Amino acid sequence: MHEFILALLGGAMIGLAAVLLMASNGSIMGISGIASRLLPPVAEDWKWRLAFLAGVVVAPLLMLLLTGTKPTVQISNSLPLLVVGGFVMGFGTVFGSGCTSGHGVCGLSRFSARSMVATGVFMLTAFATVFVTRHVIGV
Amino acid sequence: MKLLSVFLSGLLFSFGLIVSGMINPEKVLGFLDVFGAWDASLAFVMCGAVIVTTIGYRLVWRRATPLYAASFSLPSRADIDAQLLVGPALFGIGWGLVGLCPGPAFAALTTSVNAAVVFVAMLLGMALARTPWGSTRLLSGAAAAGSQTHDNA
Repeated sequence: MHEFILALLGGAMIGLAAVLLMASNGSIMGISGIASRLLPPVAEDWKWRLAFLAGVVVAPLLMLLLTGTKPTVQISNSLPLLVVGGFVMGFGTVFGSGCTSGHGVCGLSRFSARSMVATGVFMLTAFATVFVTRHVIGV
Repeated sequence: MKLLSVFLSGLLFSFGLIVSGMINPEKVLGFLDVFGAWDASLAFVMCGAVIVTTIGYRLVWRRATPLYAASFSLPSRADIDAQLLVGPALFGIGWGLVGLCPGPAFAALTTSVNAAVVFVAMLLGMALARTPWGSTRLLSGAAAAGSQTHDNA
């Protein structure tokens, strides 16, 4: 299948997952918020958060079990870059109240002005970062 | 039933990340590389997700309550402050460095040591943002409105 079709199909699955979470638990499907509230101070409603994230972690293993293949995950950056990047990424999502799923998918779908601003900002800095690392510094 | 349907939602989300290619940092960085050999395909992930969610949410909200919870927990803040600019700006920089955002970081956790390194670093960053220093604004905002459901996070 063409990768554009797969992207659209995968996106629709992500949308269905967001709708299912809203229908069942009444919650926004924002991964950074769901995850960060399992960190101290742990939120009282930790059970559903853990159940959701378990589903996310288990999916590639289930795929391996059913089809015998793992999803393609290529990471070619150096270890220090991964540590710094991962840390800044995690901090920024919680400090800014959301990530690609919470602000991007769910926030835009709710027509939230805050999420539109946030999504615009993180897309711009992500484009700028890749431009600098790939075309200016050449990491 | 609640935990099962929430688990299935997580599973479906993760399969969506796998099918679309969002789980692959190399592909994500190719999408973010608009001035290079741009791989535009991932723009369609956001399109598909937002279309389905926009329609689906309106259908769900016709109900008075969710199936397995007392009420819908929707963010209520409308103010645009410095934190809403600084946080996403930092997030975008980190995302641009590693090619993984929080959802794919969870989905990719078991696939390689490198992915696990990003995952742990991400959790440490989140934990720092949850400390009194990082969460001052969030907590004061929550106290003012008497609820903890302000964020899309």
